Amino acid sequence: MAETTALSERRETEIMTVNIGPHHPATHGVLRLVVDLEGEVVRDLRPVIGYVHTGIEKSCEDKSYWKVIPFVERMDYVSYFFQMEAYCGAVERLVGLEIPPRAKYLRTLFLELNRIHSHLVWLGTTALDLGAISMLWYCFRERDRILDLFEMATGQRMHTRYFQVGGVIEDIPLGFEQKCRKFVSEMPVRVGQYEALLDRNEVFLQRTKGVGIVPRERLLELGVTGPLLRAAGEPWDLRKAFDYLAYPEMDFKIPVGTVGDNYDRYRVRVAEMVESASIVAQCLDALPEGPFIADDRKYVLPPRSELSTSMESLIHHFKLVTEGFRVQAGEIYYSIESPRGELGCYVLADGSSKPSRVHFRDPSFVNLQAFRDMALDSYVADMICSLGMLDPILGGVDR
Amino acid sequence: MPDAPGLELLRGEIERDRPGAVLATSFEREQGALLADPEQILAVLAWLRDEPGQRYRFLSSLHVADYLPAEPRFGVHYELLNRDRVERIRVKAMLADPGDGSLPAIDSCVELFPTANFQEREAFDFFGIEFRGHPDLTRILLPDDYVGWPQRRDFPVGGEPVTFTYNERNYG
Amino acid sequence: MEVERRSFEARQASSRQMLRGDLEGEDLERYVEEKVVTTTFEKMINLARANSIFPLTFGLACCAIEAPISIVTARYDLARFGAEALRASPRQADLIILSGRVSIKMAPVVRRLYDQMLEPKWAISMGACSSSGGMFSNYAVVQGADKFMPIDMHIPGCPPRPEAVMYGFTKLQRKIIGSPDQGWRQRYNAAGTEEWARGGPASKPSPEAAAAYEQARELARA
Repeated sequence: MAETTALSERRETEIMTVNIGPHHPATHGVLRLVVDLEGEVVRDLRPVIGYVHTGIEKSCEDKSYWKVIPFVERMDYVSYFFQMEAYCGAVERLVGLEIPPRAKYLRTLFLELNRIHSHLVWLGTTALDLGAISMLWYCFRERDRILDLFEMATGQRMHTRYFQVGGVIEDIPLGFEQKCRKFVSEMPVRVGQYEALLDRNEVFLQRTKGVGIVPRERLLELGVTGPLLRAAGEPWDLRKAFDYLAYPEMDFKIPVGTVGDNYDRYRVRVAEMVESASIVAQCLDALPEGPFIADDRKYVLPPRSELSTSMESLIHHFKLVTEGFRVQAGEIYYSIESPRGELGCYVLADGSSKPSRVHFRDPSFVNLQAFRDMALDSYVADMICSLGMLDPILGGVDR
Repeated sequence: MPDAPGLELLRGEIERDRPGAVLATSFEREQGALLADPEQILAVLAWLRDEPGQRYRFLSSLHVADYLPAEPRFGVHYELLNRDRVERIRVKAMLADPGDGSLPAIDSCVELFPTANFQEREAFDFFGIEFRGHPDLTRILLPDDYVGWPQRRDFPVGGEPVTFTYNERNYG
Repeated sequence: MEVERRSFEARQASSRQMLRGDLEGEDLERYVEEKVVTTTFEKMINLARANSIFPLTFGLACCAIEAPISIVTARYDLARFGAEALRASPRQADLIILSGRVSIKMAPVVRRLYDQMLEPKWAISMGACSSSGGMFSNYAVVQGADKFMPIDMHIPGCPPRPEAVMYGFTKLQRKIIGSPDQGWRQRYNAAGTEEWARGGPASKPSPEAAAAYEQARELARA
């Protein structure tokens, strides 16, 4: 602040404080920015968040373990499968439940479809901010096809509650594989079309190239992960670093940028979409046969058909549905790579059937701290571009 | 990831520089944790960050959990990560509720890990834990005039009971 | 004069004749009777209002991806109902779609946006959260947006499909055309933008409003 006042005395330009949001079409939700402007240049910036604070973490303490899943999905509402995986994976590690191979592959498949979906929403809305309106139409065309796939397998477009502690709740239906293969074979072509629209667009290039550069070391200090960090040249991806689900068996590359400007961020995400499509195809190729959910009756609902024949199944079903399963006291931190970076879930169990604390380390929340560095001393228009490229989901920021 | 004997070795090394800084170690579910003395938390974090051979330079997450019936009740968790060896370690500091209306306090680690800025504000917002030396310790997610620390275990969840038209018509 | 309904071709032919100036006498009378619709001025205005709604570009949470964004894209295309012109400023908009949960921090902002919109204005509460608090019955979420602002239409779902939003939207159009005054203004005894404007928050509703409320309850019971 001292620096900015010194500047204003020297240049005889008044520093003007402008409030942007919480209702503003370019803030991707209800983010509020208090910006100090000198002319058109951003001299200081303070994000004000909390406008969709929902108290999900508190509500989770009041629900039994399996009822928490729909709550955590609604945090980051673009990448709901990732929230489910972070939570279910944490609980599985708490109770020591191994999930069957088919469930691992199915989860990987849906996570990667969700990653494509999330990047499509990002690309459509961010390109819209930069004036490329047609991108929104193309991206949402593909997004609707992914949602059709979700709906086919799970019955819901958004917030599917498909992952279950122990596996997935239902096998994929007949015809899903065919439809999914058709989609993933077309997706690289579509991505090529997006690139053709944007990569030679002079307006887009001038607004993204060389804008919003933050050095790699600073990003790491600020705890930034995900495509933002990879665009700065750091090949850090939890899918490669830790082995979870079927990722060790998958063959995929980590796209990495060089400069770390907004253009690199765009390139990294677009390249990730192609990689994700390839992972989905590999999952379909190598999908093992067998059960899709673990066979431990203490934690997993028995199949419907057993309820009318087996008394024991009925008792288990009743116990699980009314009280839920109990988890021994303990705590766990489990992290996965979401489309925005490291998504960590901390679960504290106190021995009852309700978690004593569920906390999410949301990547949007942590990455938002880098926004000041990205936008400082740039134009207001570039700040909007940087915000789009940061890709914060305010539901995840505020939880 | 350091296993149970490894954690004890680590504790011994920290103890050599800072006697009494680590109170206990625990290793459960393949995750190691150091229970640190809240007064010396910065020393432990700085040692883990800068000591050659350790270099846990990335703070993944800072969060607080309320272990209510237990005493001391608040646990401040630091999830550290070494990105070269892909190792995680958790540092825990337990804080007691002073009980006289004042807030439990611990040193802020924003100087060591700038990423903790928002996360410490969030912890202050929800649990009322004061981070000494934080540059801007204000409420972050809740309105500025909010009263109470909503994610403590003894804070009510809130909300309203659901009433249905049928019940209202017949019994209301 | 009784006008019998003629075939499309016949009507087209007489239009052509009219333009050439060939239509005279009784034929001309009949042509005018066929073409002109008489209605009241209010009905005409309402018809125009219902079919040229300018929604506010406003998103809160999950539903924001479905309602303001997804329904204007190619598959759903709200432009078919005359509402594709999303307006970013509340002063240019006449419909606010509350898409998502309203937190206690956001509620004053939403109310202020609503107050800034010019009359006549409508509000759709989309999804379970903004209608009733939904699953989030806790300290942070306002349990139903109609606690702090009047809502004309509730759309259930979590989140509602775009088709459901469009159905709700067409229902709102019916409401605007059919009974423009059967909205919140009567229920809340409101004039202008303020509810309870005449007697303060603790006052009783006017006799007309109370009668309308009783009538609505009777209808609900039947």
